[in-house]
Amino acid sequence: MMPRAKLKAQKRDAAQARLAALSLPQGGGWVTRARTAARARLLDMGLPVKRDEYWRYTDPRDLTSDQFAAAKVLKITDEEPAFSAVDRVKLVFVDGVFDALASDDPALAGVEISLLLDVANTDLHWAQDIYGKLEARGQLPVERPLAAFNTAFAQQGVLIRATAKAAKPVALVYLRSHEHADAIMHHIVRVEQGAELTLLENGPVAARFNQVIEAEIGAGGTLHHVRTQGRDHDRAGSAHLFAQLGQGAQLKSFTLTANGRLVRNEAMIWLDGQGGSAHIAGATVGDGAFHHDDTVFVTHGAQGGESRQVFKKVLRNGAVGVFQGKILVEQAAQQTDGYQISQALLLDENAQFLAKPELEIYADDVKCSHGSTSGEIDPAQLFYLRARGVPEAKAKMLLVLAFLAEALDEIADPDLAEDLRGRMESWLQRHS
Amino acid sequence: MLEINNLHAELEDDSEVKILKGLSLTINPGEVHAIMGPNGSGKSTLSYVLSGRDGYEVTQGGATLEGADLLEMEPEERAAAGLFLAFQYPVEIPGVGNMTFLRTAVNAQRKARGEEELSAGEFLKIIRAKAKELQIDADMLKRPVNVGFSGGEKKRNEILQMAMLEPKMCILDETDSGLDVDAMKLVSDGVNALRDAGRSFLVITHYQRLLNHIKPDFVHIMSEGRIIKSGGPELALEVEENGYADLMAEAS
Repeated sequence: MMPRAKLKAQKRDAAQARLAALSLPQGGGWVTRARTAARARLLDMGLPVKRDEYWRYTDPRDLTSDQFAAAKVLKITDEEPAFSAVDRVKLVFVDGVFDALASDDPALAGVEISLLLDVANTDLHWAQDIYGKLEARGQLPVERPLAAFNTAFAQQGVLIRATAKAAKPVALVYLRSHEHADAIMHHIVRVEQGAELTLLENGPVAARFNQVIEAEIGAGGTLHHVRTQGRDHDRAGSAHLFAQLGQGAQLKSFTLTANGRLVRNEAMIWLDGQGGSAHIAGATVGDGAFHHDDTVFVTHGAQGGESRQVFKKVLRNGAVGVFQGKILVEQAAQQTDGYQISQALLLDENAQFLAKPELEIYADDVKCSHGSTSGEIDPAQLFYLRARGVPEAKAKMLLVLAFLAEALDEIADPDLAEDLRGRMESWLQRHS
Repeated sequence: MLEINNLHAELEDDSEVKILKGLSLTINPGEVHAIMGPNGSGKSTLSYVLSGRDGYEVTQGGATLEGADLLEMEPEERAAAGLFLAFQYPVEIPGVGNMTFLRTAVNAQRKARGEEELSAGEFLKIIRAKAKELQIDADMLKRPVNVGFSGGEKKRNEILQMAMLEPKMCILDETDSGLDVDAMKLVSDGVNALRDAGRSFLVITHYQRLLNHIKPDFVHIMSEGRIIKSGGPELALEVEENGYADLMAEAS
């Protein structure tokens, strides 16, 4: 292994080189202060390189470089976009840029919504306390330089504040128009005490993307987050979710990923208040040149918290799945209930699953379990179904969907769950 | 109905292990045949070879169902043609609801036979009635296939599948194993309710007691991969009385 100091120097050089030609967005006020601080953080940390332990299974080059490959824009005609049937307030971004004409009236959601572009010189206290702050907190104990890069350079994004139960879900819809777009978006969510919000995200975003969500959920508040990363295959990107939960607050975040040359989804969750609950789940299907990385870090900092990490990957034909998941239980977090499962179903011998599940526990009265498996379709189950007359292809489909079910069960809304299940099924049919 | 002719089979991975060594059997429509035999005589292998499970190589002989070559068909085609195997060890399938599984199977078979698929409503009506007869409650129908089922529940679930699929040729592979007296009665009643002139049964068992409930027309004793003696129901009683040793000695 390379000596620490040398690795650090290499990473800092990489950050210097990358930032040399970039200047911080114009603006002023608190946003600029946050950006300046993030830029300094980034220069100090450096950019990730393949030798980083945290990037052992995923090569960050295509996410950090100033060069990136063009990605064909896919015209999808065989299915409706995700969440089409949901009564939602759509906020549309094309290649990572907000499109007001294509969007709904934000007021209809019954929550406060602003655009990052517009708030630089407004005195938005609640947002100032979050923007870049959760990201900065998330740099310990493991550095996440791509998120600092995002805080420094993102100009696009929405700021959403729910003070009661939102009238409708807020849906961020990411469309593409250019093969070369490099999208950087940064969203802020504040769910006040006892409030409730559903945040939906769908679409392929851009040829390359770097997305950050910072979410603060006050006592007794609930945030449902359901995201689909759509079918354009050539894209590369990273997404970070930072969420900080107060007493009795709840977070449910689910991501469906179909295709994508390179995607890394990180989640950094803090259960700061007693009795908080965080469920982070993902279902992933990949065929061919596909590399999908779920990196999750859940910190239990208070008593009686509950967390679940449920990640399922269906891989074939050279596809690679990565899971790095950690449950950290601090000394104060007695009676923690933590669960983590990561599983891959390998549909042929060329697919690969790399998993690093971790538990770190400093409290003595906790219940934590984790498991990680990879395997193929069970021949005994397959034969049982076929012996009852179910054709082989259909039987395999049933078994793959059964494998994904535990992750899909993490979506609270049954209609949404059914919609995403159907998408999985269509994908499997197209790729069978 | 089922015609097995000089069937030879060995393990696919190890041709040294020859399991069926020239088995012949004819089952006519409406007949119930029982096959008894000691452990390792090849009874279960016979059921797997007939239903199309991987892992066996047929080296000689054949089997037909209503004249159609069974061994040429995929397992699902055999099922659609009317063959049903009640498994000795029904398989658990987490994540697939029992009801979904059964409806998929029923409709797949109907489709394969060129029949109209059952609507959700029609299916529900039929399955409720049949489940009731087998004392299978709504919860068992909703749960994942066989997951968390007791031994008796699994076997009842097999018979429910049989009742729903209405096969022509039913093979029951040690359906009595793991059943207490009450469960055995329930399962047997389920089987007997399905007996009719157009449907045949092959009941594989170690013990005579199942045959007190499901009364066979013919009993065959199997040993070392073939049938060594055939007779009526009295043959099962003889085995119960004297064991297999005498019969095996007689045959060799």
